[in-house]
Amino acid sequence: MDTILEMKNITKTFPGVKALDDVSLKVERGEIHALCGENGAGKSTLMKVLSGVYPHGTYDGDILYDGGVQEFKDIRDSEDRGIIIIHQELALVPLLSIAENIFLGNEVSENGVVNWPATFARTGELLQKVGLKENPATLVTNIGVGKQQLVEIAKALSKKVKLLILDEPTASLQENDSQKLLDLLLEFKAQGITSILISHKLNEINRVADRITVIRDGKAISTLDARGGTITEDDIVKDMVGRDMAHRYPDRTPNISSEKLMEVRNWSATHPLHPERKVVDNVNIDVAAGEVVGIAGLMGAGRTELAMSIFGQSYGTDISGEVLLRGKPIDVSTVEKAIASGLAYVTEDRKEMGLILEESITTNITLANLPGVSENGVLNEGAERSVAEEYRGKINIRTPNVAQKVMNLSGGNQQKVVLSKWLFAAPEVLILDEPTRGIDVGAKYEIYTIINQLAADGKGVIMISSEMPELLGMCDRIYVMNEGEIKGQLAAKDASQEAIMRMILKA
Amino acid sequence: MTDTDTKSIGYYLRTHIREYGMVVALVAILAFFQVLTDGIMLKPVNLTNLFLQNSYIIIMAVGMLLVIVGGNIDLSVGSVVGFIGALAAVMIVNWDLPTALVIPVCLIAGAIIGAAQGYWVAYWRIPSFIVTLAGMLVFKGLTLALLGGASVGPFPDGFQAMSSGFIPDFFGGLIEGRFNLFSMSLGVALAAILPILGLRARAKQAKFAAVEEPMAVFVTKHAVAGLAILFVTYLLSTYRGLPNILVIMALLIAIFTFITNSTTLGRRIYALGGNEKAAKLSGINTKRLTFFTFANMGMLAALAGLVFAARLNTATPKAGLAFELDVIAAVFIGGASMSGGVGKVIGAVVGALIMGVMNNGMSIIGVGIDWQQVIKGLVLLAAVIFDVYNKNKA
Repeated sequence: MDTILEMKNITKTFPGVKALDDVSLKVERGEIHALCGENGAGKSTLMKVLSGVYPHGTYDGDILYDGGVQEFKDIRDSEDRGIIIIHQELALVPLLSIAENIFLGNEVSENGVVNWPATFARTGELLQKVGLKENPATLVTNIGVGKQQLVEIAKALSKKVKLLILDEPTASLQENDSQKLLDLLLEFKAQGITSILISHKLNEINRVADRITVIRDGKAISTLDARGGTITEDDIVKDMVGRDMAHRYPDRTPNISSEKLMEVRNWSATHPLHPERKVVDNVNIDVAAGEVVGIAGLMGAGRTELAMSIFGQSYGTDISGEVLLRGKPIDVSTVEKAIASGLAYVTEDRKEMGLILEESITTNITLANLPGVSENGVLNEGAERSVAEEYRGKINIRTPNVAQKVMNLSGGNQQKVVLSKWLFAAPEVLILDEPTRGIDVGAKYEIYTIINQLAADGKGVIMISSEMPELLGMCDRIYVMNEGEIKGQLAAKDASQEAIMRMILKA
Repeated sequence: MTDTDTKSIGYYLRTHIREYGMVVALVAILAFFQVLTDGIMLKPVNLTNLFLQNSYIIIMAVGMLLVIVGGNIDLSVGSVVGFIGALAAVMIVNWDLPTALVIPVCLIAGAIIGAAQGYWVAYWRIPSFIVTLAGMLVFKGLTLALLGGASVGPFPDGFQAMSSGFIPDFFGGLIEGRFNLFSMSLGVALAAILPILGLRARAKQAKFAAVEEPMAVFVTKHAVAGLAILFVTYLLSTYRGLPNILVIMALLIAIFTFITNSTTLGRRIYALGGNEKAAKLSGINTKRLTFFTFANMGMLAALAGLVFAARLNTATPKAGLAFELDVIAAVFIGGASMSGGVGKVIGAVVGALIMGVMNNGMSIIGVGIDWQQVIKGLVLLAAVIFDVYNKNKA
């Protein structure tokens, strides 16, 4: 069999993290090759190396493609050789037409003058190939996500694609749209186009993939041949998750109250721009004092949306449902009221939504509880400083000076500042959204210790995480969420990564 | 602590280079023109004029600072100045209403104008550039309509006094000749009070944690500021004393410095401009704050409009033309960031003074209005480049 692509011993490091560690990948001409792995395992990084997003020289190892060693300088370079990548977040311009989007940067033109009749004619052909019945002049914003995905593929086809890479193409698609897309991939295969498919959905992979490479923690674990039909989802899952979990989490003796501290009942919310999409669908969850409850799920499962819609309706429209604290309904209609009622939400995106990077540690810590450091609206600078110093000691924020701007801190210390802010607001229930994202192992351990301390102090902690070992290591109980719904819950003693994965994929 | 003291002075100055840099620039520009104009620049009569000429810009720069720190911009202030001047003229000259009534009515009208624009920005999320560009056109037109295309004036003495009056010398005659002892006393009092307040703040801070600002910097800062106040009041006292408008300005600067530095309101405006999403998720009512900054700006623009009309002693259709540009330039020269969240009241005032001194100095030495514009433009650009350079270096 003819090999179209061979990536040899690829190593890619970011400051402090080895994202890819000696990964090799072999793709044969004309096959559909699936890449599997947890969030953050390194799949997308590998594809970015391949497509030149990380140019030659920023990684170690060789890329052999189409018979020679390639040294791509940028995306254009790899596209010229027929490698086209379609990212999870679609890269379409919403207010341009389908035709304009397909030929964006690659216009059918002569001396800079666009030939519109030819553009539309060729768009028509491409749309037919991908089975999309839409007028080429329709604005992209006016068609659904599934169709937008097809426009992306049509765009790839317009560039004479030899190797098509799809990063989670079905993550935001409905079931029948997903099926159509997979059929299309099979059709391409019949035409001789090679595809690399990154996906979490094992049933889909099993349906279309010829071979499967599993990546875990930046290493290629195994390559399985799926053509014989003997590979089961369990085989893949085992390779995806099997890792040593000893002593990555501090010990804790749970002291969980028998009464529910907070309850969320029949909670629903819809997408702010697509009112027909229910992002959170009739969710019921609860947490007791002293309990750490996890919410597991894949990206796009609706976990962040659930948390933010509860926290002062910060996400979504048409929000319905009830939040109870100690059995009494509380008003969470604005963030101010949610905080006053005893809730806190630590965002997954600390730089964009959690911190004011230009301001000092002190300013950030007191922001959610300014009345606590002021009198009649006049700030007490000294009290602010002493609050900041208190948390610097308690939470172990490593900085010489609390007047330091937050942007100069490491990710772990920034996260500690965010946690300090919310601890100073003295909540009863904390919702932590990906509390250890993008921070190193040592800082993670410290964050875990803080979480345990919170539980020991009788707070209720809800922890959203895409890292399943983290949930298994930290939580007393885990809810599994997918497609906006709670698919079930597991007690800590019954939970395993396989069990969670199965519950997610059950749908 | 002592051995780190000397080291930290350099560190402190380096990290606060922007704040001190602008003051140094102002002094350098003053000195430069003092030499070029053969000493006319700091003549008491010219200094008095300098304050009178720039009062309305400074008044508005203070309000504009809050708007810009909040992440917005207000292009309508020049037109509001003209409109409020016209409104005052019509009420006083044409309708014979008493000054004591007209002034508060005009201030309220300004606040309503600002609020009306702030409403669309805050609650409808229409970009402030567009809303206030519309406001600029609307109020320019309304000024013309109100005045019927002609100038209306003159104003009664009581109204004029707001802008061209001086603090009366209650100690009159104690010193022979033209020296305003009362004004001088005010200056001495202010020069004495500021370091006392500063020391008290330091003491309060020290109770909780180490004081960040080194003592040497503190002493130098207050010594320079004190001497400058004494020097300026002395010069002004040898002419006609402190202009009324200077006192109004000083009060406004004091009030807004306090609001921005020491109140939860001020802190929240900085948070809003620094990261609106984070501010919102911290329970801050960002919409109401944006609304407030615009209403406040409208009121200060109205005050500036009254001052300007009083100074010209007439309301003209051209009043306020292009003022917004000077005001916005002053705020940016003073170190505010276009993206919001950064900027100081005192910086905006220094920025306005730099512009004012350059206008004044260049006029005295006979630089034409054409080249004045070119130079002012380049100074604005240079100040902002200096900012960006410092930020990238850090």
